[in-house]
Amino acid sequence: MFETLTDRFEGVFERLRGRGRLSPREVDAALAEVRLALLEADAAVEVVGRLLDRIRTRAVGAEVSRSVSPGHQVVKIVHESLIETLGGRAVPLVSGRPPPAVTLMVGLQGSGKTTSAAKLAYLHKRAGKRVLLVAADLVRPGAVEQLALLGERIAVPVFSDSRSSPVPLVRAALRRARREGFGKVVVDTAGRLQVDRALMRELAAIDKAADPEEVLLVLDAMTGQQAVSVARGFLEHTDVTGVLLSKLDSDARGGAAISVKEAVGCPIKLVGTGERPEDLEVFHPERMASRILGMGDVLTLVEKAEQAFDEQRALEMADRVMKAEFTFDDFLEQVKGLRRMGSFGEVLGMIPGARTASADPQVIDREIRRSEAIIRSMTPAERADPKVIGGSRRRRIAVGSGTSVQDVSGLLRQFGQVRNMMKSLSQGKAMPGFPGISGFGLPGGAPGPAAGGRRRGRSPGPPGRRPRTPKKLQKKKRKR
Amino acid sequence: MSPVGWVLSAVAAVVVVSLIVWMVRSRAAGSGALPTRGRGERLDDSSRQPGVRQLGMRMQALLSRPGMSEEVWQELEEELIAADMGVEAAGLVVEAVRRTDPPGADEAKEVIRAELNRILSGVDRRLRLDGDPSILVVVGVNGAGKTTTVAKLAARLNESGHRPIIGAADTYRPAADTQLMTWAERVGVQVVRGRSGGDPAAVAYDALQAGRARGAGAVIVDTAGRFQTRHNLMEELSKIIRVLGRDGDRVSEVLLVMDAATGQNGLAQARRFVEVGVTGIVLAKMDGTAKGGVALAVERELSLPVKFIGVGEGVEDLIPFDGPVFVDALLSPA
Ligand SMILES: Nc1nc2c(ncn2[C@@H]2O[C@H](COP(=O)(O)OP(=O)(O)OP(=O)(O)O)[C@@H](O)[C@H]2O)c(=O)[nH]1
Ligand SMILES: Nc1nc2c(ncn2[C@@H]2O[C@H](COP(=O)(O)OP(=O)(O)OP(=O)(O)O)[C@@H](O)[C@H]2O)c(=O)[nH]1
Ligand SMILES: [Mg+2]
Ligand SMILES: [Mg+2]
Repeated sequence: MFETLTDRFEGVFERLRGRGRLSPREVDAALAEVRLALLEADAAVEVVGRLLDRIRTRAVGAEVSRSVSPGHQVVKIVHESLIETLGGRAVPLVSGRPPPAVTLMVGLQGSGKTTSAAKLAYLHKRAGKRVLLVAADLVRPGAVEQLALLGERIAVPVFSDSRSSPVPLVRAALRRARREGFGKVVVDTAGRLQVDRALMRELAAIDKAADPEEVLLVLDAMTGQQAVSVARGFLEHTDVTGVLLSKLDSDARGGAAISVKEAVGCPIKLVGTGERPEDLEVFHPERMASRILGMGDVLTLVEKAEQAFDEQRALEMADRVMKAEFTFDDFLEQVKGLRRMGSFGEVLGMIPGARTASADPQVIDREIRRSEAIIRSMTPAERADPKVIGGSRRRRIAVGSGTSVQDVSGLLRQFGQVRNMMKSLSQGKAMPGFPGISGFGLPGGAPGPAAGGRRRGRSPGPPGRRPRTPKKLQKKKRKR
Repeated sequence: MSPVGWVLSAVAAVVVVSLIVWMVRSRAAGSGALPTRGRGERLDDSSRQPGVRQLGMRMQALLSRPGMSEEVWQELEEELIAADMGVEAAGLVVEAVRRTDPPGADEAKEVIRAELNRILSGVDRRLRLDGDPSILVVVGVNGAGKTTTVAKLAARLNESGHRPIIGAADTYRPAADTQLMTWAERVGVQVVRGRSGGDPAAVAYDALQAGRARGAGAVIVDTAGRFQTRHNLMEELSKIIRVLGRDGDRVSEVLLVMDAATGQNGLAQARRFVEVGVTGIVLAKMDGTAKGGVALAVERELSLPVKFIGVGEGVEDLIPFDGPVFVDALLSPA
């Protein structure tokens, strides 16, 4: 299991619990770890050096407040720098050219050009454009047939002529596109090595004939240190306007994205996330930065959590979680908040470590609903202090929730275990089953109320338990 | 853990994780004065990768030899990393070389060369052809070069008189069979195909039976590209291999085709594919600028031999892996 960057930093800063500003020495120690993380993620050696210099400039002298560990502080600076390096915001595809507006797909052998050509055509089609696919790879066996089949699948016409050669073929395709009023043309080309002079010259000729609005370099997300050389090679012969990072549904960390953006300044515009025509997404720099740093999608998770939960209440909750005072009422409230964040499967997928755990989101969802029903059948006193729930009460709750006594007992037992787990978590131990969690360095002790009114809809109130009016009791029968 | 426990842990995890990051953020926004203390307990050291830790320590250590400054060591290490060997393997190699205390950079490089060659020695790189017919299954992630490698292997075995037959068990990718048929025609070997979307294991088994009936010396099975993280697809692969052994045959080779440009994901690929019985690696696309260093890291960790390298798009462009040649290329400037 990959240890997260924060985790490593905690090691580095173990002894440095000093306050005040980050010293150059502390920063350098942390940056040695950042360097390792970036290189492990396949960011190019030459690029990592430059990146580290920038991060160092930012980090030295940065204020470390009492509330946050220096490790967290540096992670944040690193993360922000990466986002910036990756382009800050998503760069849209070029648009506005008079039809037929051409996109050229270029790249190494097997990078995903043909599949991506079909995906892009499908994207245009869904945006209401008339699209023509052009099969200008006449080298690879079966390439024309592959594109023809893909075109059929998305109901986009494919222009091909296997006895022609690429330049005349592209010209002929454009004539047809003009004649028949196609708005967009997507040209698939043969894979080629960036050092193959003959084929790169051919590509330049295709580029000239096509006069494209967009030249997309299709780059495999699994690419290692070669990414810079590949991008430079292609840029030398064509005006690459953007990168399409394919196969991002792999578990590659995708440091190649950083390499390309930093070394040649080419924006990453799209990402491929599967083999089907609909598996194409806009590139999100912040997600990519988290992925490269091995942070899962935690920041997306936090964003969603910020929208779904009230900060004040959440802080109180954290307090109780850490003191193992988490009650059934808290549980209900959390579940409600979680629902607002999306499906449980989705949320789980954003937690580092949880993704690999084998849990069927549907089973989880069903179990949560059952647990909710049981809890709703408890009295407020029972929810606050489950220890009072003896045999007869269990029977009553089971009947009320349409479950069995075993179900109720099971929930109570598990709840006790989880409370203990939370307690050990708050003492800095890893959570069983969630190896990634420990990577976030849990600040112990009780968090006080956060100052600053960043949140809307804050509900003030004393920390600790407040009487709440129980929600309408649900007594639906559930089948198992 | 029971499903209920799972649910609760999930909830707890989400709550805790989001709160922590949240606190970090709100603090960062300059709003917070959350009192904290350090984590009560240190993470168990064994959870850290030894190579990485050593490397970290090493990087902090100071070496004051004239001629072998810390920068020179770092440069040497970065050269290896730039060849996709990975931080851990590169760190360990440089570490080993440091212990020999070389007087200068040139000498250090020679020791590195020797060390890399040592890592690559002692494995059997011969293609095993011990069945009747011999069964070869070609596997790997999407676009690595599997189908082309199948064609190249067929050409090779055809030349050496093994009369191979090909099983087109990639029933998923559009026109995978057309691609294979074109190659087979060029090579002059037969292909057993199945329906598009059909059961790949059935196609593989059909190919084996056809091979036996027609007296083929080898059956080479092409498979669909799959990421090692896709559980169902890995199961499908296991099934293909299992079914091929149904009549008491042994699969002679399961070859993992890896794109030479692959970065550290190559290790993850090899680790998982080994579990379904991979016996060797074919490093494709070595005719480009990629050095294929991840294959070295794989061999070091898993003793999984690289058997061939692909050096072009023609059927003759498959050559046996040669360690010293590979190492020389790896150490030569880009
Ligand atoms: N899982 C996944 N597979 C992809 C993705 N993009 C492409 N592929 C697969 O990668 C393999 C190669 O894709 P192609 O589109 O044929 O690649 P290409 O660049 O056209 O290849 P050549 O024409 O031979 O150079 C195929 O098996 C595709 O299905 C992606 O985003 N995710
Ligand atoms: N330059 C070069 N290209 C290669 C080599 N091996 C394969 N290719 C090219 O890489 C591309 C992908 O090869 P395939 O054999 O289709 O790859 P695959 O693994 O079967 O792909 P999927 O079945 O889609 O997963 C094709 O364009 C091949 O011509 C090689 O050694 N050198
Ligand atoms: Mg193609
Ligand atoms: Mg194939």
